[in-house]
Amino acid sequence: MSALNLLMIFIATLLTSNIALSYLLGMCPFIALSKRLSTATGMGYAVIFVVTLTAAINWPIYHLVLVPLKAELVYYVVFIITIAAVVQLLEMLMEKFFPALQSSFGIFLPLITVNCIVLAVSLFMILRDYNFITSVVYAFGSAAGWTLAIAIMAAINEKLALVGDVPRGMKGPGIVMVSAGIIALAFMGFSGMVVVQ
Amino acid sequence: MKQSPSLKVILNGLWKDQPIFSMVLGICSSLAVSNKVENAIAMGAGVTFALIGTAVLIAALRKLIPGRVRMIAYMIIIATFVIVVDRVLKAMFPDISRAIGPYVGLIITNCILMGRAEAFYVSNGVGLSLLDAIFNGLGYTYTLVLVSVIRELLGFGTILGLQVMPLSFNKWVIMAMAPGAFFVVALFIWVTRTLAKMDPDKQGGGM
Repeated sequence: MSALNLLMIFIATLLTSNIALSYLLGMCPFIALSKRLSTATGMGYAVIFVVTLTAAINWPIYHLVLVPLKAELVYYVVFIITIAAVVQLLEMLMEKFFPALQSSFGIFLPLITVNCIVLAVSLFMILRDYNFITSVVYAFGSAAGWTLAIAIMAAINEKLALVGDVPRGMKGPGIVMVSAGIIALAFMGFSGMVVVQ
Repeated sequence: MKQSPSLKVILNGLWKDQPIFSMVLGICSSLAVSNKVENAIAMGAGVTFALIGTAVLIAALRKLIPGRVRMIAYMIIIATFVIVVDRVLKAMFPDISRAIGPYVGLIITNCILMGRAEAFYVSNGVGLSLLDAIFNGLGYTYTLVLVSVIRELLGFGTILGLQVMPLSFNKWVIMAMAPGAFFVVALFIWVTRTLAKMDPDKQGGGM
């Protein structure tokens, strides 16, 4: 896998096959946490960190432990335990060594365990047979793409709150989905730029 | 009118706390697999099965699972049933499995399962939990099917693969893709929330 290929994968995950806007993953926090830009980016950084780290841990676990043991069947269970353990460990380490970091994005950490993109990235990297380096780049790019999407969404929501002329039943999740649909349309303009999967 | 607990559970699952439109839970999968009716039915059945299995097991073990590790215990129970769903789909319906494959694994992080486990199954008996699981599963499935009927009809001109629209019908390609999912689900949320006169600030509690 050459450096150019890695760059292509990175751009693809960021723009053309954005995990939030074209694979429709990580939608629950996308809707619940996109009211303010600062919250959205805080969650985004925490997601980038955790997704990249869990992909880097899950890859060797799958290829060096589960495959030789012929136990690929249980990889869902193993991955979900890894993710929960990594999040728990990070929380404890941050509390002890980086209290400043803890106060800035520590509150988002417990929520990440149930963010489906963490598991999705690990599953996709196995499904597509990526090697280790590619997996890490793919994980980082996907999480960065998700962060980009939720940041755009939150910025739109902040402006929308100022205008505030949304029909009653449409307020909250409804209008977020319509805006997300329009952003997804805009992102389709990138398609054809790079082709990966 | 006084409702019996079981009737209340049924009504909550199907309408009042209906997972997708009113609680905005489990949105990922409902958006991603609702491009065709057959995928939606398979996904709905898978979630319902996993929900029933989880409900029975958690309700039966609720006194034995220590509070501190309950989250990870739920995760393992849910993941076990999802593996079963995945294997059954692979063996019996290989085409559907190829289409929605990775999303089946993501049932594990579908907040409906975790949400119901934390909100209901820990504090209720096996019977009531089973009922809750069945009707939450049905509530999830019928919304998924509704969304997918619209998307398949407009995006492919078919329902369950059968040609419904005249052949000259101009397919709305966008409906089969991501933006279409957002627009249709948003419309459904708008309609149900207006009908139910729901508090506009109420949002999905979980992730």
